[in-house]
Amino acid sequence: MKHFLTILSHELRMLLVNASTYVAAVLFLALMGFIFSGVLDNYSKAAQETSPATVFFQLFWIPVLFMVPLLTMKCISEERRLGTLETLLTAPVTTTEVVLGKYAAAYLLYLFLWASTGGFFYILHHFAQDPRLLDFGPMMGGYLFIAVSGLFYVAVGVFASSLSRNQAVAGILAFTILFALIIGLNYAATLEMMNLASMKPLHAALDYVRTFRHLEDFSQGIVDTRQVLFYLSGSVLMLIFSILGIEVKLLHS
Amino acid sequence: MSEIPELTIEAEHLVKTYGSLTAVNDLSFTVKRGEIVGLLGPNGAGKSTTMRILTGYLPATSGQVNICGLSVATHGDEVKKFIGYMPENNPLPDDMRVSEYLHYRGRLKGLGRSKLSIRLDEVLELCDLKRVRHRIIGKLSKGFRQRVGIAEAILAEPPVIIMDEPTIGLDPHQILIVRDLIASLRGRMTVIISSHILPEIEMTCDRVLIINQGRVVAQGTPADLRREVFGHSSYALEISGDLETALPEALARVEPTLVIAETAAPDAAGFRKLILTTTREGDLGETLMRTLSADTRLRLRALTRVHPTLEDVFLAATKRGWEAIDAPKSSSK
Repeated sequence: MKHFLTILSHELRMLLVNASTYVAAVLFLALMGFIFSGVLDNYSKAAQETSPATVFFQLFWIPVLFMVPLLTMKCISEERRLGTLETLLTAPVTTTEVVLGKYAAAYLLYLFLWASTGGFFYILHHFAQDPRLLDFGPMMGGYLFIAVSGLFYVAVGVFASSLSRNQAVAGILAFTILFALIIGLNYAATLEMMNLASMKPLHAALDYVRTFRHLEDFSQGIVDTRQVLFYLSGSVLMLIFSILGIEVKLLHS
Repeated sequence: MSEIPELTIEAEHLVKTYGSLTAVNDLSFTVKRGEIVGLLGPNGAGKSTTMRILTGYLPATSGQVNICGLSVATHGDEVKKFIGYMPENNPLPDDMRVSEYLHYRGRLKGLGRSKLSIRLDEVLELCDLKRVRHRIIGKLSKGFRQRVGIAEAILAEPPVIIMDEPTIGLDPHQILIVRDLIASLRGRMTVIISSHILPEIEMTCDRVLIINQGRVVAQGTPADLRREVFGHSSYALEISGDLETALPEALARVEPTLVIAETAAPDAAGFRKLILTTTREGDLGETLMRTLSADTRLRLRALTRVHPTLEDVFLAATKRGWEAIDAPKSSSK
């Protein structure tokens, strides 16, 4: 792990000098701002039961589905396309260090982008002067959920990137996997046939991996270690697959 | 670098197959410390594959490679520290500055910050890159990019340097610079380069390995190769007169093994171009000239000893390789 920090700092530096990072960040913040003001608009019309933070984080999947593929799609496929993966892997570094370095850089940027949405809550707090609008608990729970689930989602993106030398393919693959994980599993759990007695074990399993239920728990301040473990094990699995993905391609190249 | 053994590269019975295609077929060779070795071969001969196996980037299907006494297969991470590698087409990131890139690579190769900044200046000077150290690599010309690749390979002063076609796409002036650069490494580092440009290899390399169809078809110094591949020396003459009886007689007097290999049609003045070959070593030029001009039946206009170029050696050796490979196939049919 000697070179992990070297690769991480290099990757972060490359992200920071790249114009596309700033374009993505601006678009992300514009979208989030739009969502946030939409949520506030509802509050100004009628009193709501839940706090704005809860509603805001319930829409987390919109930016996740677009931002995660955008952030991660180039990390390995670009190196493979340019051939710099060969120079990188013939330097005294291991594939694990390369994957972890790139993963950590993408994850940190992901966290940073989400953290910058904290500004919305600050502006709300500053100008509304209404403590009811700024419920600290759901907000922190929401950010914690973003941080924990982000581990898994970014790992999915890195994995997709390790499979193809084409960025667009990697991006679409990441989008598809994330869509299946977030929306698909949620949809499957609510299917009518899941209420059948014979489907009970499957229903229980699907219920366990339902992202929206995790978000609900986190927002209410419940940090269930089973859920944390789900995201942690998922990300570890995805990272192992990414490492294997790179090495298998070498074996069969 | 006292712990570097005498034999820096030992490859034994390397085989690499891609599906049904055999890229490298039972390749064995050794390279001594400080030697510059050229890897020659037609396209698809397995040069790049061999180099990738040496660096540990690709695993061999079977066989063994030792770099500085360590097996690439089992000690991959340690072996990587001994090697500076420049892959085919010299891939470089387009959006970094030259000094940034070299600094990053130096850190990856485990150089400490203070040592790296000294070494970076040395390497930039050596490769004549000082002028472009703050330029973005993607905007550099091909010659500069190539030199950045070479600078990267020699950056950590590894005992073994492997470069896949370092002079491809360079103009003659740049080739000269790169050649001098490689020659300046002689004795300190083991260098393996592959190339199509034969005069190039002949000038820089101590030893040449000619590879065809994944096998070594010839190896040795360029002079050895000439002797090994052709097995004889040749002379070209332009002569007229009684070539039927007088010439063979005269030749037999000079050296019994001299034979006429080729005879061309006579030109306007009646002179024919002849190629003589002999298995005898040493220079027969002078005696040949005297004997032939002394003979009144013959008129000699020109006589030269033919030096086969490495190109001829290469063509003959790769052709021989094809025949050796094709022969067992056609006999089994």
